[in-house]
Amino acid sequence: MSVTLYLPGDANALALGADEVAKAIVNQATQRDLDIRLVRNGSRGLFWLEPLLEVETPEGRIAYGPVEVADVPELFNAGLVEAGDHPLCLGLTDEIPYLARQQRVSMSRVGVVDPLSLDDYLTHGGGEGLKRARSMTPAEIVKEVTDSGLRGRGGAAFPTGIKWNTVLNTPADQKYIVCNADEGDSGTFADRLLMEGDPFALFEGMAIAGLGVGASKGYLYVRSEYPHAAALLQQALTVASDWLDGFEIEVRKAAGSYVCGEETALLESIEGRRGIVRNKPPLPAIDGLFGKPTVINNVISLISVPDILAKGADFYHAYGVGRSRGTLPFQLAGNLKYGGMVEVPFGLTLRELLYEFGGGSDSGRPIRAVQVGGPLGAYMPESQFDTPLCYEAFTEVGAVLGHGGIVAFDDSVDMVNQAHYAMRFCAEESCGKCTPCRIGSTRGMEVIERIRGGDSNQIELLRSLCDTMLDGSMCAMGGMTPYPVLSALNHFPEDFQ
Amino acid sequence: MKPIDYGTPAPNAESVVTLKIDGLSVTVPEGTSVMRAAVSAGAMIPKLCATDTLKPFGSCRLCLVEVEGRRGYPASCTTLAEEGMQVRTQSPRLAELRRNVMELYISDHPLDCLTCAANGDCELQNMAGVVGLREVRYGDTGANHFTDAQKDESNPYFSYDPAKCIVCNRCVRACEEQQGSFALTITGRGFDSRVAAGQDESFMTSECVSCGACVNACPTATLIDKSVIEHGVAEHSVSTTCAYCGVGCGFEAEMQGDQVVRMTPAKSAQANEGHACVKGRFAWGYATHPDRITKPMIRAKISDPWREVSWDEAFDYAASEFRRIQQDHGQNAVGALVSSRCTNEEDYLVQKLVRTAFGNNNVDTCARVCHSPTGYGLGQTFGTSAGTQTFKSVEQADVIMVIGANPAAAHPVFGSRIRQRVREGAKLIVVDPRETEMVDAPHAGAQHHLKLRPGTNVALLTAFAHVIVDEELLDKAFIEARCDAQAFSDWQNFVAREENSPEALASEIGVPAVQLRAAARVYAKGGNAAIYYGLGVTEHAQGSTAVIAIANLAMATGNVGRDGVGVNPLRGQNNVQGSCDMGSFPHELPGYRHVSDSATRSFFEQAWGVSLQAEPGLRIPNMLEAALDGTFKGIYCQGEDPAQSDPNTQHVQAALEAMECVVVQDLFLNETAKYAHVFLPGASFLEKDGTFTNAERRISRVRKVMQPLAGKADWEVTMGLSNALGYNMHYDHPAEIMQEIAELTPTFSGVSYEKLESLGSIQWPCNEQAPEGTPTMHTAGFVRGKGRFMITQYVPTDEKITPRFPLLLTTGRVLSQYNVGAQTRRTENNRFFAEDRLEIHPQDAEDRGIREGDWVGIQSRTGDTVLRASLTERVQPGVCYTTFHFPESGANVITTDNSDWATNCPEYKVTAVQLVRVDQPSAWQQRNARQHAEQHRLLTGADTR
Repeated sequence: MSVTLYLPGDANALALGADEVAKAIVNQATQRDLDIRLVRNGSRGLFWLEPLLEVETPEGRIAYGPVEVADVPELFNAGLVEAGDHPLCLGLTDEIPYLARQQRVSMSRVGVVDPLSLDDYLTHGGGEGLKRARSMTPAEIVKEVTDSGLRGRGGAAFPTGIKWNTVLNTPADQKYIVCNADEGDSGTFADRLLMEGDPFALFEGMAIAGLGVGASKGYLYVRSEYPHAAALLQQALTVASDWLDGFEIEVRKAAGSYVCGEETALLESIEGRRGIVRNKPPLPAIDGLFGKPTVINNVISLISVPDILAKGADFYHAYGVGRSRGTLPFQLAGNLKYGGMVEVPFGLTLRELLYEFGGGSDSGRPIRAVQVGGPLGAYMPESQFDTPLCYEAFTEVGAVLGHGGIVAFDDSVDMVNQAHYAMRFCAEESCGKCTPCRIGSTRGMEVIERIRGGDSNQIELLRSLCDTMLDGSMCAMGGMTPYPVLSALNHFPEDFQ
Repeated sequence: MKPIDYGTPAPNAESVVTLKIDGLSVTVPEGTSVMRAAVSAGAMIPKLCATDTLKPFGSCRLCLVEVEGRRGYPASCTTLAEEGMQVRTQSPRLAELRRNVMELYISDHPLDCLTCAANGDCELQNMAGVVGLREVRYGDTGANHFTDAQKDESNPYFSYDPAKCIVCNRCVRACEEQQGSFALTITGRGFDSRVAAGQDESFMTSECVSCGACVNACPTATLIDKSVIEHGVAEHSVSTTCAYCGVGCGFEAEMQGDQVVRMTPAKSAQANEGHACVKGRFAWGYATHPDRITKPMIRAKISDPWREVSWDEAFDYAASEFRRIQQDHGQNAVGALVSSRCTNEEDYLVQKLVRTAFGNNNVDTCARVCHSPTGYGLGQTFGTSAGTQTFKSVEQADVIMVIGANPAAAHPVFGSRIRQRVREGAKLIVVDPRETEMVDAPHAGAQHHLKLRPGTNVALLTAFAHVIVDEELLDKAFIEARCDAQAFSDWQNFVAREENSPEALASEIGVPAVQLRAAARVYAKGGNAAIYYGLGVTEHAQGSTAVIAIANLAMATGNVGRDGVGVNPLRGQNNVQGSCDMGSFPHELPGYRHVSDSATRSFFEQAWGVSLQAEPGLRIPNMLEAALDGTFKGIYCQGEDPAQSDPNTQHVQAALEAMECVVVQDLFLNETAKYAHVFLPGASFLEKDGTFTNAERRISRVRKVMQPLAGKADWEVTMGLSNALGYNMHYDHPAEIMQEIAELTPTFSGVSYEKLESLGSIQWPCNEQAPEGTPTMHTAGFVRGKGRFMITQYVPTDEKITPRFPLLLTTGRVLSQYNVGAQTRRTENNRFFAEDRLEIHPQDAEDRGIREGDWVGIQSRTGDTVLRASLTERVQPGVCYTTFHFPESGANVITTDNSDWATNCPEYKVTAVQLVRVDQPSAWQQRNARQHAEQHRLLTGADTR
C-alpha cells in the first residue's frame, strides 16, 4: 500500500530547497522500490522547520524538519515511510506546540491539503459555505457576514458585512468582487500562505461574496512578487471552474507598486491605468471597478467567509474580544527565534505572541521595539507589550494591527534609522498624486538625516511635517507614514538626541 | 480678465441641496462640489489641481475644509455638497495645513518669479500669497527638480519646463478629458513624478496634437505659450470667434495694445466650452505675415506688373471695367463670389451689390463646392437648410454615426466632444472609405467602421433604410405624427425592394451585408442616434440624394427634434452656414427665399430701391463655362480662391484667363489673384467687427482687436466698390448691416448686436417665436410642416474605374492645415505637415513598384499631377487618398467636372486614376511653378510689400 508524504511547495519552502529535497525523496523511493505518493502541500507556516516533511500514519502525520537533501538517504535508512525515528523527527505535526497552541479557523487547511485537489478540499470541510449560500437570499448571506462581526483583514478593519450591504443595495447591471492579494507589507505572508496552500477557500469566499451582492465576476489581484501563488491560483482555477458554477474569476498580476494595495489604486491598476489613488467618495462599493459597485476584500477577509456561512455567524463571533471578532493569522518576523504564522483569536497580548510563540529574539538580546501592522505601523516599546491584540486596544495606544504583521527588533536597533526608513519607504512607494506624500516623504528623509547629523532643532520641523502628512494626505500611504516616525520619536527620544 | 474658476464643473441636476458654508446658507444643484458651492457663498477656497473644466482630482491638498461631524479634512473639490452640511473653509488649523502644504510645493520650486514667463499669471504664485507662506523651513539643500531640468522646446508654439511642474496633473487630465488624445502621462512615481509626452518622448514626436488644452490647464509656467515667453502677459483681452472651421470656437484674444499675445479658448463660448485646436489656438500668425498685401493694386493685363493705387482709384477702375463689360456684353456678363470666410455682414453686402449694383443674380459662394447638397437635401425633407442640433446635444447621444467626415482633423473641437461621449459609452459608427482618426481613437474607437467604396453612400444609406423597414425597426408613432403619410408609404415600398437590401448591394458598397445590418440595427435601436456628416457625403454626383437618404433615416427612426439626435452637417468653413443664410446663392435671397417668388422680390426691391431679376443667376461652374463661351467677362471674388479650390484646375484657369476684369479681395496674392486685374486687400478676422454663423446655426460676434492693415475692413471695401458702381451704400458699423439683415430676414428678425452682447451667441431662427434663438430644430413639427420622405434611387457615378484608371482617388484634410492652406501655410503649422502626400495601400504600391516617399504621377482623364507616396493601410486596396492644402500639389488638376445632379456640387471625392512612378513634377506643376515665379516678379516690381 502506498504511503503519502507531504512536502510544501510554497515559495518559502522552495527558497529553502524543497524541490531538490522532493527530487531526492523520489529518487530514494525509486531506488528502494518503495510505493510512495508525494504531495506538495502548502506550508504550515513554521518557517524554522522548513522544508517540513510529513508522513501519513494511522495515528496522524509525523513531521520531520528542517530537511535538507543530504538528510534524505538517512531518513529513508531510518524508515521514513513507516515514520521511523530520526533526529529530525518532530513527532505528530498537530502536537508541535507552536501549532497546537493556535486556533486555526481560516487557515485550517493550509499545509494540510493538496492545494490543487478539489476532492481534498471538499473532504476537509471546504465547499459547505458555498453550498449553504446557494440556498440563501443575498440579504441573508450579507446578514450572516454582518452578524459574524468580521472586519476587513487588509488593515482598515472596516466591517465586511456593511461593505457588502452597500454593494447589494446599489443597483447595477454588473457588479464585481475584487480580492486584494497585493500583500506588500514588510513582514507579512498570510495571504501568500493561504493562496499557495488553500486556494479553493479563496475562490469559495469570492463566490459567496458574489452571491451575496449579485456579482458574477471576480478579479484576484496578486502581488507581482508572488509568481508561484499566481501560477498556482491559475491552475486551481482550471480545476475549480465547474464547481464555481458560473462565477468567473480572473487572476491579475499586480503592477509592482505598494500603493496598488490601496483599494482605489488597485482598481485603477486593474482598469489598466497608472496605480494612483482615487478620491473617496465615491466609495468603491458604489462606484468601483469600471464604475460599477465593487466589493474589495483582502484574502483573509474572504477566506473567513466560507466558515461563517458553513458554521454560522455565531460560530465565528464566539472567537475574539470586544468588537474584534474571530481570529487573525499573525505573522511573526524580524528578530525572533521562531518566525511564522500564528492564527489565534483576538485578545492575546503582544508579549505572549513574541515570547510564547516567537520564543524571544533570535539574537538572544532583549526585544526593544516591535513594528506591528506593516511599514506604516507604529513602533511599540516594551512598555506596550502587554497590549491585547485587538483593534480597539491598539488604537488606544496609537498603534495599528493592520494585516497582522509583526516585526521585532532587539536593543541594537537605531530608531533614527527606522524613522528614516519609514520616510524612505514612503518616498520610494508614494504614487506621487498628493503633495504631502509626494514631496513630504523626501523632505522627511532629509530632515531626519539632519537630525542624525546632530541638528536636533529639526525635530520640531519633523513633527510639523508628520502633522501635515497625517492630516493632508489622500490615503494611508502618506497619512500613516508618520506612525512609525512619530512612535520612534515619542517612545525612543534618546535615539534622536 | 480671467473668468471665475469654480474649481469643478457644474453638475447636471434638477434637484438642489442647501448647506451652510462659513455660516452662510447656500442652495446648489445636487452633485455640486463643496468647492463650487463655496464660490456661490463668496468664499474662494485655495486650490491648484482643481479647475472647472476638468473633473476633480483632489491631489493638491490646498482645498481642505472642515465639515461638521466628519473626521479629518476632506478636499472640497472631491466632496459633494449635502443637505444640511456645515462647512468651514477657514480655521487656524486649515490655515496651518495649507501653509505647510504650500511650503512643500515651494521647497521644490525655483524662486525666479520675477523673471518667470508666468509672472502675473501664475496660480502657484497667487496661492502662495493666499495661504500666507512666509518661509520655507526645509532649506535649499534638498532634492529638487529645477537644478538639472531640461526644457522641451520642440513644439513650435509652447515650451515644457519640468523645473516649474507641480504635478497637479491638469495637463494630463486635459489631454484625456478634453482633447481625448491621451498623449500625456506622469512618468516615475513619488518625488520622481513628472509630466511626460508619450513614452518619454519630445512633445513634437509624441501623439500630442498641439490643441493647447494642456497649456491652458497649466497653473504655472511649466507649459506656456512661446508668445507669452516672448512678449509677457496680456494687458487686455477681447472676446471673438475663430476664423477657421465651422465649429466656430469662441476665443479670448489676449492683447498688448494692438498686438496679439495669445488666443485662449473661451470657457463661456457654447460652441467649444473652453477647448480649441492647433489652428485656432496657435495658428493666427498669418494675420501679420509679411506676405499680406496691404495696398490696393490694379493692372490692365495679367502679364503687366501690379501698380499700387489708392482705394478710390482701385474702386473706380474696377467699377468702370464692370460697367464697360456690362455695356459691351450685357448686364449678366459679370458676377461675384461670396466668401465663406468673411462675416455675415460682409457676405450680405456682396450679394446685395450683385443684386443692386450689378443688377443680376450672378452670385455664388464656396458652399457650392461643399455643402450645397445639404441646403437642398435638408430643405426638401425638413424645410430648413441647416443642421438640427447644438454641438452640446451630442452629450445625450447613445449612437453617433459619422459619415464622410473626419472631425478629429477637420472639426477637432467637436471631434473631441464626440470622443468624450464615446468614452462615456455611446456607440460610434463611422462610414468612411478610409480609416480615419475617429476609427481608432484611444478609448473611443468605432464600434462599426463601414469601409465603403468611394461613391456608394446612397447605396449604403438606402440599404440601412431597407434593414429598418425589413426588420421592423421603424418609429411608427413618430412617422405617423410628424411625417407625410403618402411620401412615407412610397418610400417604404421603395426601400423594401430586394434590390435595396444589404445582401443585394454589399458587393457594390464593398461592405459585407451582415456588417451593414448590424450597424443599421445599432442606429435604429441603440437609443438616441445622431448623424454627423461632412463633404464625404455631399461632394458626390449623388450628394443631394445622400443628404436626403440621411434625413430619411432620421425620420424613419424618430431621431429628429430633441436633444441627442438629429442630422448635422459639419460645415467646413467658419461662416459657410452664414454665407448661405445671407443669400449668396444665385437662386436665393437672404433667408433662403427664392428669387422667383414675387412677394419676396418686391419686399427686397422696396428695401433696396432697385428692381430684381426673377431668374436665378449663374452658379460658379456656369460662370466659368460662360467665361469660356465669351459671355461672362468680369468677376468680383471676395475671399475665395477658385483657382485652387475648384475642380479641374486647368479649366478654371482657362476661364479666369478669358475674363476681362477679375477683382480679387484677399489677404494674400492667392492663386486666383494671378489672373486678377484688381487686387483689393482684405482684412483678417482680427481686424474687423461682424458675426460668423457656425455649423449649429450659432451666430457669434467677431471683434476687432487691431486696425485693418490696409485701412479698410472687408465690408468697407464692398461698400466702396458699390458706391463706385453708383449704388449707394452707407453703414458706419456692421451692427447697422445686421439691423438691415434682421429687418429683411424672418429667421434673423430677433438678432441684434445688443442681444448678441447680452446672450453671447444666438442660434437662428431668432424671432418673435424664439426671441433667444433655437438650439434644436423641428421640436414640435418640421419647419416645412410634415417631414417628407423621398426616394433615393442609387445611381452609380459615371466616374468608374477602368483598365486605364483602375484606382479611385478620394480627398480629405489634416488637422494642422486648413483647406487651401492660405492661412496655415503661413504659420508654424507647416512643421506638422509640410506637403500633401498620396496615401496608397501597400498592395497597390507593390503592384506598381512604388515605395514610401517615391514621386508618383497621378493621372485622371482630366489631368495629371505628381505627389510623393505614403504607404498605409488606412486606405483600402483600390483606393488612394490625398489632401489639397498646397497649391503646388495640383490636387484639383485631376478632379473632374462631374457634379451633384441637384446643386452642381463637384464630385471631389471620387476620381478614377492611375498611378505610376515618376522622377519629375508634372507638366502642369512645372508650368504653374513658372507662373508663380512670374506673378511674384510682377508683384515685387510693384513693391507693395
